[in-house]
Amino acid sequence: MIRVVLPANLQTLAGVGRVVELDVASPVTQRSVLDVLEGNHPALRGTIRDMDTKRRRPMLRFFACEEDLSDASPDDPLPDAVASGSEPLLIIGAIAGG
Amino acid sequence: MSKIRVLVGTKKGAFVLSSDASRKRWKVEGPHFAGWEIYHVKGSPANPDRLYASQTSGWFGQVMQRSDDAGKTWEAVGNQFAYEGTPGTHVWYDGSPHPYEFKRVWHLEPSLTDPETVFAGVEDAAIFKSTDGGTTWAELPGLRTQETSPGWAPGAGGLCLHTILIDPSNADRMFGAISSAGVFRTDDAGQSWRPINRGLRSNHIPDPDALVGHCVHRIAMHPSRPNVLFMQKHWDVMRTDDGGESWREISGDLPTDFGFVIDVHANEPDTVYVIPITSDSLHYVHEGKLRVYRSRTGGDEWEALTNGLPQKDCYVNVLRDAMAVDSLDPCGVYFGTSGGQVYASADAGDRWEPIVRDLPPVLSVEVQTLA
Repeated sequence: MIRVVLPANLQTLAGVGRVVELDVASPVTQRSVLDVLEGNHPALRGTIRDMDTKRRRPMLRFFACEEDLSDASPDDPLPDAVASGSEPLLIIGAIAGG
Repeated sequence: MSKIRVLVGTKKGAFVLSSDASRKRWKVEGPHFAGWEIYHVKGSPANPDRLYASQTSGWFGQVMQRSDDAGKTWEAVGNQFAYEGTPGTHVWYDGSPHPYEFKRVWHLEPSLTDPETVFAGVEDAAIFKSTDGGTTWAELPGLRTQETSPGWAPGAGGLCLHTILIDPSNADRMFGAISSAGVFRTDDAGQSWRPINRGLRSNHIPDPDALVGHCVHRIAMHPSRPNVLFMQKHWDVMRTDDGGESWREISGDLPTDFGFVIDVHANEPDTVYVIPITSDSLHYVHEGKLRVYRSRTGGDEWEALTNGLPQKDCYVNVLRDAMAVDSLDPCGVYFGTSGGQVYASADAGDRWEPIVRDLPPVLSVEVQTLA
């Protein structure tokens, strides 16, 4: 199972905990993971990536295995550790405000 | 016995405040959508248990919520707001053309007769309509493509359509107000719109009497007299008696005529409420005193209502969608502040008490009077 860690506000919106487990068919990419995430939790549509363009929203970033994957192609394979479920894909909101 | 439900949108969630008709003891429920900005929550006049809420975030964008049990449970519905066709441009802060971009829903106006139909006023300024309870949204493009729209420019809060009023005697007629373009009217159910700003005068724009460009903060209507509208403009309190064909100033003896909210007594169409704010650079109440001003003469002559409101060291603001009235007799009046207080008066403004004192900053207040 793929594990995705959501920021707090999206946990509230989707009614889930911090870690969401997903059954994602190969190849495991940002796009395939987010497609399944949004399919399982429709309330998240449009909140992580633009509804039409599917581009990452500007104040969110994607990390895994201590790497910033935010600007990688959404169709690049995610690290093997993410695909195997040993490491999560982290969706992180920008630290801002006060 | 009647009940009152107050729907409060704040910077960190929504709250539902409820009371019996005495309006003395309140039950507070929330926060719903904790941590999210809730620009507006409004109930359907045709089915008071059907509520709509605009949930927004600079991080996560726009979410629309719907409840069928008066706010106990909610369902995220459609959040796709696509402009019709290729969006044009409006004027940016530096004077350059800037493409229309959807940012958020400021205001929700449910149909007076159909719980499934609701209008949304959005930033960048446009009006959308849903006829399936918010599941899908379609723009009524006649407003955004109105011939003056390439010249619209945002105010400090953005180019937002923040007020929608539906004429209860004629469903084809609606009014929309945009900061900082002005007021627009449709007489064909939203297909076409025209500016109705004659008589507005704004000294901070190049042509003070221009057809558009006026920073209208809020308009209000009494349902029994839909041709009479009251307006809190950036500066000036205004009134029209002919559906917006002409406006005249009614600021009269107000201590300052800058402000955001304006509303009308539910049972007295010539009783109007405003909350003066010091100035456009000092967005807090005047002289450190939180005062509601009431006119019983349809404007020009105003009295300060202070009983129960702080009269020293008070520096809160009251935003444009944060005042509402109930329809009991005597009329209840409600408003929320940037300090998180929601005040209520059960006697048309003579005496005030806080329902709650310490919510997050209040963005909107709506009231439902339930049989």
